[in-house]
Amino acid sequence: MKWFDYECPRTVEAAVGLLSAPGRKVRALAGGTDLLVQLRAGRREADLVVDIKEIRELNELRLDSTGLTIGAAVPCYRIYNDPAIARAYPGLIDAVSLIGGTQIQGRASLGGNLANAAPSADAVPVLIALGARCLMAGPAGARSLAVEDFCVAPGRNALAPGELLVSIHIAAPASGSGAAYLRFIPRNEMDIAVVGAGASVVLDGNVFAEARIALASVAPTPLFAAQAGDSLIGKPVGEASINAAAEIAKAAAKPITDMRGTAEYRRHLCGVMTRRALTRAIARAKETN
Amino acid sequence: MPSQTHVTTTINGEPVQFLCEPRQSLLECLRDILGMTGTKEGCNDGNCGACTVVFDGRIVTSCLVLGVEAQGKEISTIEGIARGNRLHPLQQAFLENAALQCGICTPGFIVAAKALLDQEREPSEERIRFWLANNLCRCTGYDKIVRAVEQAAAVSKQEAAR
Repeated sequence: MKWFDYECPRTVEAAVGLLSAPGRKVRALAGGTDLLVQLRAGRREADLVVDIKEIRELNELRLDSTGLTIGAAVPCYRIYNDPAIARAYPGLIDAVSLIGGTQIQGRASLGGNLANAAPSADAVPVLIALGARCLMAGPAGARSLAVEDFCVAPGRNALAPGELLVSIHIAAPASGSGAAYLRFIPRNEMDIAVVGAGASVVLDGNVFAEARIALASVAPTPLFAAQAGDSLIGKPVGEASINAAAEIAKAAAKPITDMRGTAEYRRHLCGVMTRRALTRAIARAKETN
Repeated sequence: MPSQTHVTTTINGEPVQFLCEPRQSLLECLRDILGMTGTKEGCNDGNCGACTVVFDGRIVTSCLVLGVEAQGKEISTIEGIARGNRLHPLQQAFLENAALQCGICTPGFIVAAKALLDQEREPSEERIRFWLANNLCRCTGYDKIVRAVEQAAAVSKQEAAR
């Protein structure tokens, strides 16, 4: 790796000050499972690395009546090891327990998975499906953004210069709600999604009251298939409505052909994975009723 | 020449200090600065698990941790596993089951498997395989490794019952 300086600030303000340093290439370091690989390979550059893991707000993991707040530096294992969070957000647990293996889950953060802005990011579809919001701090103050608006291009996010992702907030689950994330890979573990699908539903009896669907690895950014979810609202739960939503999700995808699969194969998988993710989300919604 | 950083940490229960550049990984610091070459470099990008160490209670790939991040932390490496001259049940089981050939992956497997057995006395075969999914072995085909971990779990349980 090329030389860089290292700072480990204790406050959000100090971190923003460092990230805003004029004329410097500054990168925030959480778990390092993407950043250090990229710096070593020369895919990203930094002359200052700001370690954000000693900042209180970025380590917060809090479940309360408003929902779940996940500090941007909280590693995956802390999320799936918390029984109350696992009960309330099983769809989120699907995602954080299949990012990398045990060693990666001990370091990699949900915030980093989002900020890295990979089209294949496993945690992002379910965050979009759950309607999660990003809370950011920067030189111009704090602001929040819906997760579906955070990734803007492959490897690029909506953070302005000097801005820091502080936390992610997910609202408290409504009664009759369920969510799921599923990833298609040709092996059992440790691979990048050919296609991933996240779904979240709220059921009123046997009718969809709300539904949101998002896909991984089928567009330049994680894809919010809003029309696919909207098509379900007011419809009875069943094969017909689920298949129709899966067809809309398929049509929304803009996949490319690469070593993991052809565009045609990925488009087919969008339908399959949307159906499966919805089916699992519905089963969970019925369990909570 | 920019200055080096002074790091104070704990490795295998002993206080340790070293000087490193911020860009140096914990793996480089262990091997090249501290001479602790039991931890191996495989892929150097987090995929293979050969450099696995315990970092503040969690297994991590030390190639993806900066040496400067070790400040104030507790680290355990393969060098801390044997009890004096007596092999740990996992080390003995790896020998008895021929769970290694070239040996480059072995320290990472043993450190990772020990972390599992420290928290779960009787993990299922599926649990062992998923826990060790971040450790790659290109020689054994994994079955012998899984059998060794199962044997070590059984031995550790017997020892605990005594």
